[in-house]
Amino acid sequence: MQNAPVWIDAKLRATREVAPDIRLFELEPSESLPPASPGSHINVQVSLGSQTDVRSYSLVGLPEAGVLRIAVKHLPQGRGGSAHMWRLAPGDTLPISAPRNLFALSRHDSDYLLVAGGIGITPILGMAQFLAASGARLRVLYACRTQEDAAFADILERALGDRLVMKLDARQERVDFADEIARLADGGELYVCGPIGMLEAAKAAWRASGRPPERLRFETFGSSGHAASQPFQVRIPRLGREIAVSAGQTMLDAMQLAGIEMIYDCRRGECGLCALPILSVEGVVDHRDVFFSEAEKAANTKLCTCVSRVAGGRITIDTADREA
Amino acid sequence: MRDRTPFPLNAWYAAAWGHEIRHALAARKICEQDVVLYRRSDGAVVALEDACWHRLLPLSLGALKGDDVVCGYHGLEFNSAGRCTYMPAQKTINPSACVRSFPAVEKHRLVWVWPGDPALADAAAIPDFHWNDGTEWIGEGGTYYNLNCDYRLVIDNLMDLTHETYVHAGSIGHDAINDSPFEVTHTQRTAQVTRWMLGIEPPPFWAAQLGKPGLVDRWQIIRFEAPAVVVGDVGVAPVGTGAPTGDRSQGVNGAFLAAITPVTENTCHYFWNFVRSFRTDDTNLTRSIQLAHVNDGKGLYDQDATVLQAQQIAIARHPRTPFYNLNIDAGALWARRLIDHMLDAEQPLASAQPGIAAE
Repeated sequence: MQNAPVWIDAKLRATREVAPDIRLFELEPSESLPPASPGSHINVQVSLGSQTDVRSYSLVGLPEAGVLRIAVKHLPQGRGGSAHMWRLAPGDTLPISAPRNLFALSRHDSDYLLVAGGIGITPILGMAQFLAASGARLRVLYACRTQEDAAFADILERALGDRLVMKLDARQERVDFADEIARLADGGELYVCGPIGMLEAAKAAWRASGRPPERLRFETFGSSGHAASQPFQVRIPRLGREIAVSAGQTMLDAMQLAGIEMIYDCRRGECGLCALPILSVEGVVDHRDVFFSEAEKAANTKLCTCVSRVAGGRITIDTADREA
Repeated sequence: MRDRTPFPLNAWYAAAWGHEIRHALAARKICEQDVVLYRRSDGAVVALEDACWHRLLPLSLGALKGDDVVCGYHGLEFNSAGRCTYMPAQKTINPSACVRSFPAVEKHRLVWVWPGDPALADAAAIPDFHWNDGTEWIGEGGTYYNLNCDYRLVIDNLMDLTHETYVHAGSIGHDAINDSPFEVTHTQRTAQVTRWMLGIEPPPFWAAQLGKPGLVDRWQIIRFEAPAVVVGDVGVAPVGTGAPTGDRSQGVNGAFLAAITPVTENTCHYFWNFVRSFRTDDTNLTRSIQLAHVNDGKGLYDQDATVLQAQQIAIARHPRTPFYNLNIDAGALWARRLIDHMLDAEQPLASAQPGIAAE
């Protein structure tokens, strides 16, 4: 249903480690592209064995003519996209899309709170640099395991000074969303990019504050859950099928690989198209989407198969298939 | 990347209402192909390529002589199978002279034409459109010829009726459509969206049809048959009278019927009807329901036509902007998926599209 994507060749100019498991990639597109606003991302074609898939990566830092920068965290337990990226060497060519922005900053005179968790710093960095340069009122919270893991913290510190607050697991620090939101001026906005637990905390605190929902903006990266990704079984009585989902595979992909036809679009837990009814579950459903409300997740009657999984165990579901 | 047409050719498409095709030449464009339709003296409908073998003048500009078509330029004659039967100023006929003949069948009060490989045309595969027969279900519809939108936009429109709340506020629109869950299912050739709205205030159109006070159970069961037919089983019954479990006897039941025919990539013919199984003898009601749908720009379908054509213009102006899909588009996406399967079968793509995922 989407228009056919337009792919552009990009040359990998250089790579650099910006944290122990995060690598920065400098890409030179083969054609000139319009400048990308802070918060933009590109799609990148990656090969996973014999298959081609697509990953979205935020552009890092302020826009610069002729170069696009992305940062990729190596996820050994992931589905293989990051492993593919980490195998690339300077001089390699890879197909990318033109930048798009689904996480754009509003342009009004406001107070901004930007919160990044881990690799969620990638869009936040350029947004913070842009806002700092334009003299906006802002505060940036950056949550990480340790200072060593905090990619780009040095750049942020230079741009922001004491407007940057680090929250390190190693120091038992946590982002207190209620407190931070209370500090935000009326009409202020919160931008969050981080793991699902952080998004949920931000959403709950924002709702509790009574602020208008459209002033909370967040971006997901669809691969983080409340529990570690584990293998699980999917039973489909209607089709008489039982399918194994490996730790590095989504339920949607496993079902499609097994020949079960599915519809889906975003594959990030946003649109809700791939959701299927849960008939029963042995184990805990790790709802990783942002489509269902908290109440719907608690009711556990459906799950978004593109991101959500079972934390070890077995789930029985129904599909849209019917006899002719 | 995509060279293939957005419509399968090996399929039956509605080309005209039966009553429109008489013993006279009628031009139609179907799936990028110019067709001339007429009715033979034995009542059978004929669909020929609308271009003379000789110099390509549309045959529809010529005339009928018996059951043969006479070209209006140099008088070449073609029989109803497309074979040339007369050439001017020569005693013989060039043996290769013919125009293409398309399989054509009249069924359910419509003329259906098969623009693809004639060897594959099977009249048994004509979409189920029996609601339009004019026997059990009654209604008088019409056609938007050359509607300026991709035929799939009409399918999207009919497969997701949340649009009623906004496009058709004041007649059939209702907030309950947005608040009620729906179920989407599919088979190899059909996709279905089922939505029940229980114990709601009926919207104005349905309140008037039911003619009873109080809350209702309302249903919308929309069935798509690939590649381009949609039938919506819709109605209301007084709340608690058993409609959700199959007893609709206390309610009123209608069906919207749509046979959509691609003309070009961005235009289509939209054959529509709204039929009902209640007060079937009431010809005034038939007329008023027809006017409620199409009435010089003021009807329900006129509202849709305005939206669809504005949407097509916007798509052309944003060529690199993909649509976003919502949960409500599940029925439309299954419909498009089934169309894509037909396309894959007859016009394979060079390479499969990769999926999209984020990390």
